Amino acid sequence: MNSTLIAWILRAVPFGTIIMYGALGEIVTEKSGNLNLGVPGIMYLGGFAGFASAYLYENAVAEPNYLLCVLLALVCAFLAAMAGGLIYSFLTITLRANQNVTGLALTTFGMGVANFFGVFILNGRTATQSLVYRAFQTKMPVLSGLGALGQTVFGYGFMVYAAIALAVALHFFFTRTRAGLNLRAVGENPATADAAGVSVARYKYLATCLGAGISGLGGLYYVLDYNQGIWATTGQIEALGWLAVALVIFTTWKPLNAIWGSYLFGALYWLYQFMPSLLGWSLPGYVTDLIQMLPYVVTIIVLVVTSLHKRRENQPPASLGLAYFREER
Amino acid sequence: MTPYAIELHHITKTFGSVVANRDVSLAVNKGEILSLLGENGSGKTTLMNMLSGIYYPDEGEIYVEGERVEIRDPKDAYALGIGMVHQHFKLIDVFTALENIALVLDAHERYDLKAVREKARAICERYGFVIDLDQKVYEMSVSQKQTLEIIKMLYRGARLLILDEPTAVLTPQETERLFAVLRAMRADGKSIIIITHKLHEVLEISDRVSILRKGEYVGTVETERATEDSLTEMMVGRKVELNIERPLSSERHLRLSVHNLSVQSADGVRVLDGVTFDAYSGEILGIAGISGNGQKELLEAIAGLQKTLPDSSVLYYPDDDRDSSAEQLIGKTPRDIRDMGVHLSFVPEDRLGMGLVGSMGMTDNMMLKSYNEGGSPIADRSAPRKLAEEIREELDVVTPSIATPVSRLSGGNVQKVLVGREIAATPTVLMTAYAVRGLDINTSYTIYHLLNEQKQRGVAILYVGEDLDVLVDLCDRILVLCGGKCNGVLDARHTTKEEIGLLMTSLKQGKGGDQR
Repeated sequence: MNSTLIAWILRAVPFGTIIMYGALGEIVTEKSGNLNLGVPGIMYLGGFAGFASAYLYENAVAEPNYLLCVLLALVCAFLAAMAGGLIYSFLTITLRANQNVTGLALTTFGMGVANFFGVFILNGRTATQSLVYRAFQTKMPVLSGLGALGQTVFGYGFMVYAAIALAVALHFFFTRTRAGLNLRAVGENPATADAAGVSVARYKYLATCLGAGISGLGGLYYVLDYNQGIWATTGQIEALGWLAVALVIFTTWKPLNAIWGSYLFGALYWLYQFMPSLLGWSLPGYVTDLIQMLPYVVTIIVLVVTSLHKRRENQPPASLGLAYFREER
Repeated sequence: MTPYAIELHHITKTFGSVVANRDVSLAVNKGEILSLLGENGSGKTTLMNMLSGIYYPDEGEIYVEGERVEIRDPKDAYALGIGMVHQHFKLIDVFTALENIALVLDAHERYDLKAVREKARAICERYGFVIDLDQKVYEMSVSQKQTLEIIKMLYRGARLLILDEPTAVLTPQETERLFAVLRAMRADGKSIIIITHKLHEVLEISDRVSILRKGEYVGTVETERATEDSLTEMMVGRKVELNIERPLSSERHLRLSVHNLSVQSADGVRVLDGVTFDAYSGEILGIAGISGNGQKELLEAIAGLQKTLPDSSVLYYPDDDRDSSAEQLIGKTPRDIRDMGVHLSFVPEDRLGMGLVGSMGMTDNMMLKSYNEGGSPIADRSAPRKLAEEIREELDVVTPSIATPVSRLSGGNVQKVLVGREIAATPTVLMTAYAVRGLDINTSYTIYHLLNEQKQRGVAILYVGEDLDVLVDLCDRILVLCGGKCNGVLDARHTTKEEIGLLMTSLKQGKGGDQR
């Protein structure tokens, strides 16, 4: 296989994995009827909390435990992101605040918190030599060495495979379990779910908080693997967060579509670097930004196509963005 | 003696100061179909919602099979074997029939769609339902959705089934099929309460009929001993003396000539079907009918807000001379109609939804009608402000200031603002829908007085109302709508509530020439 193509795939898959986590979490949230636009902020919170906890633990303990280090990062990222989801849930479910405004505020809040503490605590330090970075980077032994195929299929850290497993598990959850059926009912028609005895508020809270936790893992993966263990204060996570929101629309709210959709987004995003050399073209620098818009263009095309077809299965949950209030029935 | 399937004892329910049900008692036997009959707003649905756990009664007791019960939410109702099919179905559109049935399973039961399917099939075979369990709800017809709702309730173990106006949306053939299923259920020992307005259906399907009037229980009769006339009399009650004045106006000229007006709803149902009538200046033409029988569509079609079917015609005669040029209103936008010099003022059913903007004050709401007057890009605020002050003054609108958002005003005051604005446009035709809904007696009389003033000014008034006593006293003629068709035009001075009630509830078949 062409080495440029291999490099492209090796870049696209980890990139896709970040937004896959973001999108999977947001799918869970949106299935409950909550449109959480705080995904970028939540990914910031997850990335920061996971990175900081592992970093502080390694520096505080003389002989840090390999497994504990990874677990700590994962749990802290998940919990911090859930806290963001909880703020959102309290405002939109209990107080019935506007979902769009709350979500956008959460994005600003998450970015602010992560950058503020990131600067003061971590101060641009890296974890490149640390255990946790090595743990996230570890590739599958033997298999990843098997030529081009091994490299492109098995040459990633465990989080890449965990994301695929999670997407399959969510698909199973939505289609084959009672809780999944109830959750979809809540997002489609909360009054009907309520009349059937489903606790609407409980499902909304749980889905939004767990969804936020999943999204937060995307931020963690960005810092510890994709960004090679460097806490970066650039706005990159925010751009990735918005891509994750776009990916949710692209998948038409189906977790399985997130697997290939995220890799496609990754490939399109990095097209500017690899496509020209693959074809032997040279492109002026200013075209780069235009090409990086491609994932959004694709999302708009998907929106146009699904709107034209109006197939109900491809539409967002019917009560997405609406607060539920029993007495209004 | 076997206990009743369900008994209600002295049930009272109030919403704020409005009494929806007062001291209502009724009972249903096992294996019986009971019809619940009453006019709009007589509290039938409220009463049934207390059985299905949506409302909780203020006073009174409910007994199920002889035992006193408390029904606090829909889950309690399910547990007691009470299932209600609401007018608006509680189904998830993107789910299949089977998934909708599975949604009401007990949480501790195992989630097994195969078992659900088998049990649902057994129910269908037992009562003769025809349904495709794998069909998505959004692909279903209204009748199929209703079938699914009933299966859902039976799946839940309902022994008492409540149907809220089940035939309102069905074709005659579908109604027959539904009745066949209901009879099969009755034979199986289930109890059924059916809310309906259609007298012939009451007589056809039920064993007994209970009648409510204005929230109060009137009585229960054996269907065998009832006739359409006797039921109507119980439903509308004796005439109440209201002393609404009905001045005679000297001038009477043809103003509107509506011919073969038909409107089709988005579902393809003819909500208005070939309505033909004339309206004259200096006259109040009442429009009676059970709500949802085409009143809204009729007014909106004339106002240019509804798409009409071909061959519909609404001719407007601007001059008093009949032979003068008539203008066709069909096909024109509401704005066109006004630009032609045709004054149609319209008080929609939903006051705040369509007539006024709730978050704006009186002045701004006046401006909604005048913002594009004059050539200046800057809107004139002084005239609307003056108008708002006048209306506040003349109609006694209680508001802290004309800048206070109208949504903070009480219902009566909102209505006054709206009617006042429409009258200020000096219309030649004034259409009102439910102009006194939710208003107290005094405010209602203010509105009647306003309408009478307009009538004497030579305005042709279309008055859609629900209180038959008021219609009989206020209007000059009354047009009765039933199922979207004109079921007769009556002279209000020589008609009775019973006559109107009968026309509202049973469609005269093939007797188009019977219109006085």
